[in-house]
Amino acid sequence: MKPRQKRIALIAGGLAAISIASVLVFQALDSNVAFFITPTEFSEGKAPQDKAFRIGGMVREGSIRRDNLTVHFVITDTAKEVPVSYTGILPDLFKEGKGAVAQGRLGANGVFTATEVLAKHDENYMPPHAQHAIDQAQNAAKTLQQ
Amino acid sequence: MNWGSPAEFFAMGGYAQYVWSSFGVCAALMILEPILVRKRQSSILRVLRRERQAERLDSQ
Amino acid sequence: MNNPIIQWFKYGSPQSFYPLAGKMIPWFWTLAVAFGLAGLWISFFVAPTDFQQGEGYRIIFIHVPAAWMSMFLYIVMAFWAGIGLALNTRLSGMMAQAIAPTGALMAFLSLWTGAIWGKPMWGAWWVWDARLTSALILFFLYIGFIALQAAIDDPRRADKAGAILALVGVVNVPIIYFSVKWWNTLHQGASVSLTRAPSMATTMLWGMLLMALAFWMYSIAVSLMRVRAIILEREAHTEWVKNLPEIQGKSS
Repeated sequence: MKPRQKRIALIAGGLAAISIASVLVFQALDSNVAFFITPTEFSEGKAPQDKAFRIGGMVREGSIRRDNLTVHFVITDTAKEVPVSYTGILPDLFKEGKGAVAQGRLGANGVFTATEVLAKHDENYMPPHAQHAIDQAQNAAKTLQQ
Repeated sequence: MNWGSPAEFFAMGGYAQYVWSSFGVCAALMILEPILVRKRQSSILRVLRRERQAERLDSQ
Repeated sequence: MNNPIIQWFKYGSPQSFYPLAGKMIPWFWTLAVAFGLAGLWISFFVAPTDFQQGEGYRIIFIHVPAAWMSMFLYIVMAFWAGIGLALNTRLSGMMAQAIAPTGALMAFLSLWTGAIWGKPMWGAWWVWDARLTSALILFFLYIGFIALQAAIDDPRRADKAGAILALVGVVNVPIIYFSVKWWNTLHQGASVSLTRAPSMATTMLWGMLLMALAFWMYSIAVSLMRVRAIILEREAHTEWVKNLPEIQGKSS
């Protein structure tokens, strides 16, 4: 082989090795890379014991209840649910029916006590009247199904 | 048009500090970068011109 | 000498690229300003208020273009660095070196605007989720590339060391891009992708695309300006540089 071909082969080989190595590393890390676990994963016992963790999903419609400074709500992934209580400032986008991620520990009473609540919004951007139209269409579809 | 008045525009619906600090820093850095590159170009040109002149004087 | 590859190499020589780049720079500046003005106009005056985030979402018009450019410029930088490593061409290493600071700026801007956007909407300036962490790694890769090249005095050896770092770092780019699909992240998924219709109102999308074009043209213009300075610095003692009109001429 000419020196140039040899160098190209070496570079290609090196790149392939690095790619494979990094894929393996990330697969090994997979569970730790996740920012939060879902209520379903939680019910399967994937939550770490005796350690703070994050739980993420939708804030169930109609579940937000305030007593004094503490907020109670339910995080759901439509299959499973986890009740959460939190005392502190909530982000602007924290709303019923929207995504949220709570960090904290599971209390003895089965209620997740959060020390931090973050809002997770979706990738949709549109003017309010467009959202209104979509809501109406969805409601109409629901009515038809019934 | 989204805004009734200039004040409304600058208020950004209550997000003024966030929107303007994003756009402000972005604009400032994107003006600063070409200025710095231009300086780099003119300083190397200055050095090269000086060297060229020195060579000319030597050969005379 | 009529071999097309040799012809191409001739155009790729610093000597013929220097004046060519000089001619291209004003065009790219013109495009950058034109796209930028149109993009800003749409971003602030045409694109409607968002149904969830109100006016705060307007940060997207610089956040997404900066993030796109930070990834794209990295790939272009690694491409030139790789060409230089494989074919030993002089100009390629200079191109990679010229792109790096602009790429680092774009990476910084995506992190900065992202942090400012995250505070009111998510409730946190920063979280260690896969998207944000991999974007931070990209910024460090740029910084590492610049620092490594600056630390080695011999430019050809600096190019080689930098190229290896740049090529290794390329694996991070797909990780950034797909992080929101592969793992649970706080960062939302992509609003614009090649595989499905964008989940944005049309005028918002236009604003974002025009701003992305403006950032792209800006990056080309600044990188070309910087590569001209690098060419002069590295080729300072060659005959062609000494005979350049801007060095020969007594005017200016």
